[in-house]
Amino acid sequence: MNLSWLEKLDRRWLFLIVALLVLGPLLRPLGLPLTTSAPVKQFHDTVAGVPDGSIILLSCDYDPGAKPELVPMTKTALRQLWDKQCKLVITCLWNGGPGLIDATIEEVANEYRAKGVPLEYGKDYVFLGYKAGNEAVMVLMGQGIANAFPRDHRGNVTRSLPLMTKVRDYSTFPLLVNISAGYPGTKEWVQQVNTRFQLPMVSGCTAVSAPEYYAYLQAGQLSGLLGGMAGAAEYEKIREEKGSATKGMDAQSLAHIFIALCIIMGNVVMWTKGGNR
Amino acid sequence: MTSDFGVWVAALLTLFVFSFLYKDNPFYKFAEHLFVGVSAGYYIVLNFWTVIYTNLWNPVVAAFAGGLPGGPFAASQGDYRAWYILPGILGFLLFTRLSSKIDWMSRWSLAVIIGVYAGLKTTGFAQGDLVEQVAASIQPLWIPGDLLGSIDAIIFTVGLIASLLFFFFSREHKGALGAASRLGVLFLMVSFGAGYGYTVMSRISLLIGRFQFLLEDWLGMK
Repeated sequence: MNLSWLEKLDRRWLFLIVALLVLGPLLRPLGLPLTTSAPVKQFHDTVAGVPDGSIILLSCDYDPGAKPELVPMTKTALRQLWDKQCKLVITCLWNGGPGLIDATIEEVANEYRAKGVPLEYGKDYVFLGYKAGNEAVMVLMGQGIANAFPRDHRGNVTRSLPLMTKVRDYSTFPLLVNISAGYPGTKEWVQQVNTRFQLPMVSGCTAVSAPEYYAYLQAGQLSGLLGGMAGAAEYEKIREEKGSATKGMDAQSLAHIFIALCIIMGNVVMWTKGGNR
Repeated sequence: MTSDFGVWVAALLTLFVFSFLYKDNPFYKFAEHLFVGVSAGYYIVLNFWTVIYTNLWNPVVAAFAGGLPGGPFAASQGDYRAWYILPGILGFLLFTRLSSKIDWMSRWSLAVIIGVYAGLKTTGFAQGDLVEQVAASIQPLWIPGDLLGSIDAIIFTVGLIASLLFFFFSREHKGALGAASRLGVLFLMVSFGAGYGYTVMSRISLLIGRFQFLLEDWLGMK
């Protein structure tokens, strides 16, 4: 079979096919099966294992560039933690992130308020906002969370907030939940905090970062891992939620199948030409 | 369809950027230049208000405002420490690079930055990566009653050793070393494949995010 025409195929046809494969399932979902992987189940189970009412450190280290992958898992994590009546101390080490993160927190908090759960800022959760310094901030937080964040995202004096009177340093938290888009993120939290302060942690990250973090999961440094939109969708499935990650998975699957076919076809063309590169 | 002006701007700029996939055009150029300019301006302002204003200006002004027991440099001032003047001066010295006559002064600031981060990164890497990862790599090859676990451990160990041997360049890769390094390449290929797959997922996720925005936020098709 002569497949040489594939070599001259205008790449715009590929862009169009990918666009259609992504757009189609978003308009008309296919309901492709979604299974739950062990790292995601570990993430869920670790959070579920935290005593109800605990004070949890949630570090959302991303900006709007990672919104499709990380906001869905942030929302699901917030819901799981608030279902357990956990109190949340939320931080951000990306200076483009606080606006998006604050909106995400308030969106989920308003869901609870609409259900009659009176979540109160300063008492049930605080958002300390952004602090420049990357790893230096992580180490500084070990000497006192309020030392590193004298004021919260809203400009309040951190020590004046009722929740923060119960927060000292990392020893306050039984778990760190990190949602990470890169540097600074999960790798730095593992290096500077998990190992040094023996603070157990779970991570949700962009798919690009996930392969690097599997080593930490295998070594037991991470107690659970959500990798990209697929991880977020699996997490939503365990929690029986139907968020934007779940809605996007049909499109994700079709696009992956097409790209895999392209790779196979590319190799077939190379082999039919006698392996000349 | 939404009547929100901001969503319309975002949606049109998204379509302008997508138009590059057909071919380069003035709409794409407009979106590209707008993005670069707005991003640069946005991050300069953002860094001023979230870094310089909150971490330097506010504490120093409060420390020198007067009426504080022990003076502005007293440890009892808590968050309002006049000592922030020192890192402030070091930060200012970085701008001496703009003049070739005094740019040597910026080296003091760079020395502090490099020293602090070298210290943090070195200890962090040694504790978090080197020791922990080596410890996790030392595992029993045979786990009684767990055949799959044993096979997993053997594959892991063989892959680890073969991959490490691939990066051993003090001898020519011939004979047993050559065979081991070729095996190492196979494991590395699997690793690169996994990395590529996850990268594709990340990029497709961004496309899905944009399409969800266009369909739901712009066109209102929820």
